[in-house]
Amino acid sequence: MAPDANAGGDQHITEVSGTGVPIPGDDVDTDQILPAQFMKEVTFDNMADYLFYDARRDEDGELNDHPLNRFDGASIAVVNSNFGCGSSREHAPQAMMRWGVDGIVGESYAEIFRDNCKSLGIPAVTADHETVVALQEWIEANPDGHIDIDVEGETVTYGDTVIDVEVDDAMREALVEGIWDTTALMYSNRSKVDETVAGLPYVEGDD
Amino acid sequence: MSEGTLYDKVWDRHKVTELPNGQDQLFVGLHLVHEVTSPQAFGMLRERDLDVAYPDRTFATTDHIAPTEADKRERPLADDQAEEMLSALERNVSDSGITFFGFESGKQGITHVVAPELGLSQPGMTVACGDSHTATHGAFGSIGVGIGTSQIRDVLATGCIAADKQKVRRVNVEGELGEGVYAKDVILKVIQDLGVDGGVGHVYEYGGPAIEALDMEGRLAVCNMSIEGGARAGYINPDETTYEYLKGREYVPEGEAFEERKTYWESISSDADAEYDDVVTVDADGLDPLVTWGINPGQVIEISEPVPHPDDFEARTDREAAEQALDHMEIEAGQSMLGYDVDVAFLGTCTNGRLSDFREAARILENHDVDEDVRALAVPGSETVRAQCEAEGIDQTFIEAGFQWRRAGCSMCLAMNDDALEGDEVCASSSNRNFVGRQGSKEGRTVLMSPAMVAAAAVEGEVADARDYLDDGPTGGAGGVEEVAD
Repeated sequence: MAPDANAGGDQHITEVSGTGVPIPGDDVDTDQILPAQFMKEVTFDNMADYLFYDARRDEDGELNDHPLNRFDGASIAVVNSNFGCGSSREHAPQAMMRWGVDGIVGESYAEIFRDNCKSLGIPAVTADHETVVALQEWIEANPDGHIDIDVEGETVTYGDTVIDVEVDDAMREALVEGIWDTTALMYSNRSKVDETVAGLPYVEGDD
Repeated sequence: MSEGTLYDKVWDRHKVTELPNGQDQLFVGLHLVHEVTSPQAFGMLRERDLDVAYPDRTFATTDHIAPTEADKRERPLADDQAEEMLSALERNVSDSGITFFGFESGKQGITHVVAPELGLSQPGMTVACGDSHTATHGAFGSIGVGIGTSQIRDVLATGCIAADKQKVRRVNVEGELGEGVYAKDVILKVIQDLGVDGGVGHVYEYGGPAIEALDMEGRLAVCNMSIEGGARAGYINPDETTYEYLKGREYVPEGEAFEERKTYWESISSDADAEYDDVVTVDADGLDPLVTWGINPGQVIEISEPVPHPDDFEARTDREAAEQALDHMEIEAGQSMLGYDVDVAFLGTCTNGRLSDFREAARILENHDVDEDVRALAVPGSETVRAQCEAEGIDQTFIEAGFQWRRAGCSMCLAMNDDALEGDEVCASSSNRNFVGRQGSKEGRTVLMSPAMVAAAAVEGEVADARDYLDDGPTGGAGGVEEVAD
């Protein structure tokens, strides 16, 4: 079988939609999103079970009223600033995706987290604080309300409201054009990589 | 747009092409692999029938799950999940022809400690690892970035990452550090000044007298915590300190080849007239040791200062974060961190698990015992560091003081092995993150500080000023450190 460098990352993601779940708080780190104790698995298969594991449970280990417990079935997470900071663990967005999150609206994201979302085909779009809080409040009042993220048009629609959002250029281009699997993109440039490597004294020196 | 900086030069040397999504394809000169974030990536490669493109540029070790008690390192590991992760790594590196520093090699340890000490990390490289503390390697004048698992797949399969070029912020650290004040204090000060997300979208170029005066291990500690300030990468231009450190290390060429390589290293330094996207100054003169009082690394004060009141912060987000922090830490605004009760002392990690860190802590532990209520762990960052400490007899200083002397690993920094906080224990920690739950207990409380401060806290059973234990110590903690000893 010939190598298949592109396995699924050629899907065009122009819009995602569904009901929402607010995950309020600034600087929500990836240790909270996916505590380290649950990373001791060699696949991502079970990660949904561990999403916000500590935050979702009370002292007795029972599920509490964390939004993820109240908005089961949601597809759009709405978060605040510097979401996903800290550890680079892709386990965090993997857990969100496997739980059901198809898109994220937030004030801002940590860079590695946003990169990981792009790798997984999860649009992570941004809006200002007031706009995000208004959407979070709307979800609380309308748990069954439909939210639509238009990645290409850079808008989010909920109820009668349409808001402008920003999508990072590389993320928008990658998702809309169906080129978010960077392994496939870069694999086709192998001969060019060899040229670059040839110009690096430290690689040559080790051969 | 920056121009003529080390970042620009290294980027240009490693840029393969521009991708259709607008990102650059960047060759990764050094790929470091560990057991936790890589098995899924190797799995993805197998699904696609792809090989590792540059096994000679890829090096692996085990750190996150590594047991740190000698008898627990026998195989199979008692923890089935840890054993499975380690076995998977061993299979993957063996199948791919990747050099692996396992327990038996004598070189095992935390990736960001191992690669520098073996001379794998060098100036002018691009370094990637599935770990956010990869910025550490920037201490040599390289670009080190933490990546997710899908990007690990990218690097394994293509030798490259897809990346957006960032803005370059020059961080000038002015002043001279007093006795008992270290690189750790400098980077905590930088994060305090610039914020935990201040570096998002930026690479930090650290410079100025306080940085240039640091030895390589200090520089590694500074660059290590770039990500805690939101900067994915941070670096320091290479100089004689860098070259002297590299000379004679296992993976560094010798003789004429060294000189040739050095020509390249010198060529990638930022030009004197380099242009930066912005320049900031951090004043480290007369700095007191810093400790965190909250639940992110930016919630930090000099030991002489009181814990701030939420109202002291201008930004709404900072006020809210301060409220949460006071609540979690069970501490009042206005009180001093001095005297804050400590249950656990933890010395080690990719930030502060190097020889100089243990030497400094040992200075304090000479002739002092760990408080009887404190559980104290000394975890060398690598087996090489452990051997160095043992050759100097430092291990005995720790053991006699009442520390547990452990084997190398990430240990209680993130508690993926058996080393974890219990309940609401307070840990005086030389690690890098004080996030809620980070050290293995969601009620656990972390106070970040330098290794010397960890040793002092271990002795007193509460947060203390390490300078009281050092020669030429402070005069009452009023911030007036007058003397700079060597």
